[in-house]
Amino acid sequence: MPHLYPETELHNPQSAKPPLDPHLKALENEAIHIFREVAAEFERPVMLYSIGKDSSVLLHLARKAFYPGRVPFPLLHVDTGWKFREMIAFRDEMVEKYDLDLVVHTNPRGAAENISPFSHGSALYTDIMKTEALRQALDAGQYDAAFGGARRDEEASRAKERIYSFRTPDHRWDPRNQRPELWNIYNGMIRKGESVRAFPLSNWTEVDIWRYIQAEEIPIVPLYFAKKRPIVERDGMMILAEDPRLELLPGEVKREEVIRFRTLGCFPLTGAIRSGATTLDDIISELETATVSERQGRAIDRDQAGSMEKKKREGYF
Amino acid sequence: MTAPALANAALDETAVAHPSQEPARVARDSRPLRLITCGSVDDGKSTLIGRLLWDTKAVKEDQAASLQRDSNGKQNDLGLPDFALLLDGLQAEREQGITIDVAYRYFSTDKRSFIVADTPGHEQYTRNMATGASTADLAVLLVDARAGLLEQTRRHATIATLMGIKQFVLAVNKIDLTDYDRARFEQISHEFRELALSLGVRQVTAIPVSALKGENVVYDGRASMPWYDGPTLIEVLELATTRSAQTVGFRLPVQRVSRPGESFRGYQGTVAGGSVKPGDSVVVLPSGMVANVTKIVTFDLVRNAAVAGDAITLVLDRQVDVSRGDVIATIDSQPMTGLAFDAQLVALQPEGIQPGKRYWLKSGSRRQRVQVQPVSQLELKSGKWNHADELPMNAIGKVHLAFDEQAIFDTYEQNRTTGAFILIDPDTNNTVAGGMITAKRAALGGIHADESRVILSLPADLADQLMATELFASRREDAEVRRVTAAKAVEIIDTIDE
Repeated sequence: MPHLYPETELHNPQSAKPPLDPHLKALENEAIHIFREVAAEFERPVMLYSIGKDSSVLLHLARKAFYPGRVPFPLLHVDTGWKFREMIAFRDEMVEKYDLDLVVHTNPRGAAENISPFSHGSALYTDIMKTEALRQALDAGQYDAAFGGARRDEEASRAKERIYSFRTPDHRWDPRNQRPELWNIYNGMIRKGESVRAFPLSNWTEVDIWRYIQAEEIPIVPLYFAKKRPIVERDGMMILAEDPRLELLPGEVKREEVIRFRTLGCFPLTGAIRSGATTLDDIISELETATVSERQGRAIDRDQAGSMEKKKREGYF
Repeated sequence: MTAPALANAALDETAVAHPSQEPARVARDSRPLRLITCGSVDDGKSTLIGRLLWDTKAVKEDQAASLQRDSNGKQNDLGLPDFALLLDGLQAEREQGITIDVAYRYFSTDKRSFIVADTPGHEQYTRNMATGASTADLAVLLVDARAGLLEQTRRHATIATLMGIKQFVLAVNKIDLTDYDRARFEQISHEFRELALSLGVRQVTAIPVSALKGENVVYDGRASMPWYDGPTLIEVLELATTRSAQTVGFRLPVQRVSRPGESFRGYQGTVAGGSVKPGDSVVVLPSGMVANVTKIVTFDLVRNAAVAGDAITLVLDRQVDVSRGDVIATIDSQPMTGLAFDAQLVALQPEGIQPGKRYWLKSGSRRQRVQVQPVSQLELKSGKWNHADELPMNAIGKVHLAFDEQAIFDTYEQNRTTGAFILIDPDTNNTVAGGMITAKRAALGGIHADESRVILSLPADLADQLMATELFASRREDAEVRRVTAAKAVEIIDTIDE
């Protein structure tokens, strides 16, 4: 439904913030340009919403790109059923607050075959509950373009991925045969069944994300901030121990630690870090002195060399 | 700063430890600099980029550790990880030990942040280099100090120049292997400056570098090269200028029309040149209708001005017909509109560019059909333009573009956004060329089909006069003059009238 915007509402009450620095402004402009281009060129765009910090920035940029209009496409959350509880609460709050259309999809095989990261291992679990689920959801919605929050600085195979990343009808990515991408001119021509994944945050780094969240006062899931939380140590990772489905193995003990998360995914596969960072300033300064990358806490990247490229070829975001 | 015992420390077992220094704080006061690195594996390009990332702490310990795992302990002779593996992210590249595609890298210092387009050096990858160069403000050209300038150096410099890059850094690498030979360095820099000048590039900085030892990259190499008192690579990059289209006329390619309700109608797009403020008179192209700007709307506030690069929503004072693909521009200095243009392009796909084929052309948000007629091809070795009827992959060519409907362009020289375009093959939907507008051509009485020429049947004296003019000389391919008697000319015209 189109919304009516009386002239007086054009003056956004949040405008008291100081202007963005030129670096963040340039990144913001580029992302807004990409959002508008995709929305104009494709018939059924959708935005992948994973509830993490990058998704929060992506959502904020989408709202900016189409203001004073509404975000003209739905958000899609692929819910594995193993997300942190606080993530789901946060998601529902955002949808309510910003008047968004949300589509949630969970692979029915998860419940039918009782698939869990504990019993099936991270590789198989990710393949079914994330990659396969995403393909199902994209097919069901007949989406011809899907926005994602991936950044090129995250991982080596992403460094070569285009901003408009072409996918075959079965969602495959062919890294050796990508369309050249020159200037800011994007080729959105596809045949029926084919699709494009669009990455407005391609040129952002992790620090850019945090500084933008701070400058724009973007809400994020509280798990990013340090707090005393119950954890259990497993495979060298500190896992949040609040979900009753987490069964302690022999020798494991639940204890409380002051921790936070640098990235958020499925709780059994996401390691916490010891940190006292309770504010955005703390997080940024921690990041600037960090000696390990953010994906270090992600089990799914560590399965095998080139594992992200392999997942992406198969249709993972 | 000097290289703080880095080499020595690294020679020990602590292979992945960073030099101890203050962490790089993040740039806040300038736009990111986009640069392209040109050179081949043999010149040490991967090592140079790896060194930049390493010494600015853009590589984290777990990434370095995974490098060591992947390279089976293969290290360079300073005990540092094999930087090339850090850069070649695709499995095929790792397996073959080559770079096959453009990769983008990010690092920053306390003054600025940088986006590096890392492209392969060999001739068969000219297309990748053109892609990387399209968005770059500056090119770093790498040569091996022992080998000096190569044919590929000229090729890289030529492509970078064609793509509009006006700032060059020549990194004379492996200077340590010449015993830091000053005369050798100066000879190479002199030769390069001459080459750059012949291409019209004046902003050249030459730096003697050892990427392997980290000299004159981020840290200075004074200890080994007391004779060099110029800047390090990173210092040049920190001070380089980013391209700006603010000096030219206002341009807003319209991406979409925002109509959230009856009371609001805004035109959304990214300012592609100049600036705009409420009250300005603007023209909508191609229709030519005129209106005044009433408001510049963004999420944060109603702004009193917008400049090149800003993503905005423009509100006009009257109902005019504006749709996606139109260009809103300043009245005083409008872009060119027309049906025929001259351009240079780089052919990006194995099929090349075929004469007379109808492609899709996309420029800004405007997409339209175009017929492309190759005219000549650049011989990269010599810099000569040779006649060509078609352009194979990786060729750089001059072409004529003929449109069915009005096209809107600036020259690329004047505006790198409104002067640039891509060609899309309607059969494959693939991007087959990147192009740059050089001039508008006068329309030839509506004849644009391939092989077509205007035939002028003129009385002999008039024909001779016409053929003597400069204008005609420049359009010789387009028209053929036939000398006839005045009576015959009248007869021909009578036939046409019937």
